[in-house]
Amino acid sequence: MTGQAVNNNPMDAIIIDHLSKAFGDTRAVQDVSLTVREGELFGLIGPDGAGKTTLFKMLVTLLLPDAGRATVAGRDVVRDFRALRTMVGYMPGRFSLYPDLSVEENLSFFATVFGTTIEVNYDLIREIYVQLEPFKKRRAGALSGGMKQKLALCCALIHKPAVLFLDEPTTGVDAVSRREFWEMLQTLKKRGLTILVSTPYMDEAGQCDRIALMQNGRILAIDTPEGVEHLFRKPLFAVKASDTYQLIQDLRKAPFTVTCYAFGEFLHLTTKEGVSAASIQQYLIEKQHSNVVIKPIEAGIEDSFMALMEQ
Amino acid sequence: MNRFFAFVKKEFFHILRDRRTLLILFGMPLAMVLLFGFALTNEIKNAKVAVLDFDHGQHSRQLTDRLLSSGYFQLTRNLTAYRDVEATFRQGHVKLVVIFPVGFTHDYAHGGKAQVQLLTDASEQNTAITLTNYATNIIQGYQADQNPSDARPSMQIEVQSQMVFNPELKGAFVFVPGVMSLVLLLVSALMTSITIAREKETGTMEVLMVSPLSQLQILFGKVLPYLLLSFINGCIIIALGVFLLGIPLNGSLLLLLSETLLFIFLSLSLGLLVSTLADTQLVAMFISMLVLLLPTIFLSGFLFPIDSMPRFLQIVSTIIPARYFIDIVKGIMIKGVGLADLWRPTLVLFLMATVLMAASLKNLKPRLN
Amino acid sequence: MKAVVTNKLTKKFGDFVATNEITFDVAQGEIFGFLGANGAGKTTAMRMLCGLLKPTSGEATVAGFDVYKQSEQIKQVIGYMSQKFSLYDDLTVRENIRFYGGIYGLNRTNLKAKSDAIIQQLGLGSVADKLTVSLPLGWKQRLAFSVALIHDPKVVFLDEPTGGVDPITRRQFWDMIYEAAHRGTTIFVTTHYMDEAEYCNRVSIMVDGRIKALDTPGALKQQFGTDSMDGVFQILARGTSTK
Repeated sequence: MTGQAVNNNPMDAIIIDHLSKAFGDTRAVQDVSLTVREGELFGLIGPDGAGKTTLFKMLVTLLLPDAGRATVAGRDVVRDFRALRTMVGYMPGRFSLYPDLSVEENLSFFATVFGTTIEVNYDLIREIYVQLEPFKKRRAGALSGGMKQKLALCCALIHKPAVLFLDEPTTGVDAVSRREFWEMLQTLKKRGLTILVSTPYMDEAGQCDRIALMQNGRILAIDTPEGVEHLFRKPLFAVKASDTYQLIQDLRKAPFTVTCYAFGEFLHLTTKEGVSAASIQQYLIEKQHSNVVIKPIEAGIEDSFMALMEQ
Repeated sequence: MNRFFAFVKKEFFHILRDRRTLLILFGMPLAMVLLFGFALTNEIKNAKVAVLDFDHGQHSRQLTDRLLSSGYFQLTRNLTAYRDVEATFRQGHVKLVVIFPVGFTHDYAHGGKAQVQLLTDASEQNTAITLTNYATNIIQGYQADQNPSDARPSMQIEVQSQMVFNPELKGAFVFVPGVMSLVLLLVSALMTSITIAREKETGTMEVLMVSPLSQLQILFGKVLPYLLLSFINGCIIIALGVFLLGIPLNGSLLLLLSETLLFIFLSLSLGLLVSTLADTQLVAMFISMLVLLLPTIFLSGFLFPIDSMPRFLQIVSTIIPARYFIDIVKGIMIKGVGLADLWRPTLVLFLMATVLMAASLKNLKPRLN
Repeated sequence: MKAVVTNKLTKKFGDFVATNEITFDVAQGEIFGFLGANGAGKTTAMRMLCGLLKPTSGEATVAGFDVYKQSEQIKQVIGYMSQKFSLYDDLTVRENIRFYGGIYGLNRTNLKAKSDAIIQQLGLGSVADKLTVSLPLGWKQRLAFSVALIHDPKVVFLDEPTGGVDPITRRQFWDMIYEAAHRGTTIFVTTHYMDEAEYCNRVSIMVDGRIKALDTPGALKQQFGTDSMDGVFQILARGTSTK
């Protein structure tokens, strides 16, 4: 916990106050507190099993918390659950549409269920739905992964929800569809919608206004993406050489190393204080590495997450 | 209300687009009725008969010839004494014994009234009753031919039919009510619980629960289409039984349909109860099979007469709803009795339905587990 | 000898061409990244190479065995691991290892040695007789990978092996991949994490059933004038993935 004060500003779209939930021995969500402001695009970042989905289900009134309380759009998630259900848009982690209904039938079904029609709220979904329109007679089950996701988003938006909950919308989706999806979220944000989105992909965190890093049911940090990056305080270097495998082995054995992990093209090397690039270079040349590149770098969100995990 | 109908419409889409569901819905009742019906008529073609003729007169011979030339009966032997009858049945080949008493021709020609006795092996009840019906028809035909249009109508042959081995004919004609209760259970309970479990599996249930739809609306939206389909199914089975298999409908059709609705309601309550317990289609299927279908097949009197069950199973059978439904349908169709005679099983069904519906509604929760 | 060789390998489902004349080869001990958008044909190609699906036309060999005629031999010399299916939750760690070892015909003593080695290597000593369901996801994945290697396969196919795991476990997993490749096992891997594409010796990118690019990550980035594999992927796959 970062000890962020829970303020009870009525303007906050989501207020989570020391929320906990256990399933038997598994403490899925432990003492989580955070607030999401109106109009904010808030990311809940963490691996599978971090407790993201359980937290979501409590917020959309599907699960009762064991302890703590939460409000969404000013309504208590336990007491006012009936009222809340008309106000939130929810897209669960897995594909949650009817595969045997067409694109159009799915959308109009969900519209009617929420007491509205496609026409009334067409404005909100137009940009997304135009991409689906050519396939509107196609059964939802026959859509590609990216298209399914867009349809699910339309269905969650069709009743103009006050708050949109998207549980891992990009899991298992390829990098291109993921990027498109985030572009759609940015557009929705500009229209003033409050969005809480969860994802296991650290590289998506930068798209959010603020993020909460989550691991084993607990919040590791809450801040803006930049703020989270600044939580990383140790010296960090990007290192590259011809033989990556040998490089990892050798760097891990080095006396100055704290951690060494692969990060794309480079290795990210965290060292003790006062270690210079030159001294690392010296060490690697002694180990007979060729084409060595070393540069000090700023930490990314993933670096911070890993550092926080190890604390 | 709009929401609710949107839901029902969606449900019809699911049903109409799934060939397997359609097949189970409409193919199965047809197949079952035809299968039983076919097995029955197959047995009746060239059924083996024995004749015990004490009369040796003109009419007994002519009537025998007429029976044998109908194509339904095939003479295996002529008996000479009463004691042969039981032995013949025991050997198991002969399904029907026709007995002409001494003086049959004389009584018929002079007194205008004669008796013929038909004995059938009622251990195969359906066959027995059908054979008796056929033979009676043929005898009546003979009698009509003998009685020219407006001649003295007093010439009568009295048919005395008697079932051997199962004299009261319990469980006769059970297959139509049996099939009916099976199909209605299958459609109402099994299919409903499976479709509800399917929504849980695909995750759509979560989305529905987080919508303004109440739990009750969701469930009744699921139930209504199946209520309709079950009712149509019930009507189809009754029609097949009456028109294709020649089962009589002696009682009130209105009462029969009302009782069918009651049983459907009961089955749907069972289905809802199963669906509140099952989270996957597989579990729903298992519970339905084990708890609903198997007991209905084996303990309702559908396949085995309840009277011939061990005492313990007889007690168990009192909680099988189909047992009461079979009694009711049999009563209405064959005996032609009304609610005055059937209020008891009707009340049992009604109470069961009320308790089950209350239990499944109590099990509903507005949240996940 | 090349570990995998394909020549105009094609699979059609009716009118739909899932993989369209793909040609590439993978060297022994190479880490080969097999990327593509959802539905680009990766899974179909992988299934053909594993001997699970008969190609419509073209040629392919895996560890020298022909995919048409020698699929049984292929299955003996490859390992397979996917995110979705790998271990039985209701078997213990040790039972899982023994089961997979048994499938590949390891004898009793060999099996014993192997299970002990895996359990020790992964530090699973304390949970070796616990049900696999109780393990954290990251442990399960590493165990699944070890199990996929139990019969010392020539080629290991990894289908999105790291989906949803935390960043540290993901790196530990790649450490294991490097190690296996270092010992000479060929690694054939699909992933949606573009940074992981950088860890591969060479990367191929499939778009709509065809291989649109194939080279080392460095050369691809140069070729497309971008500084990350994500950039390369976006340029190649964008605009076509929504079809």
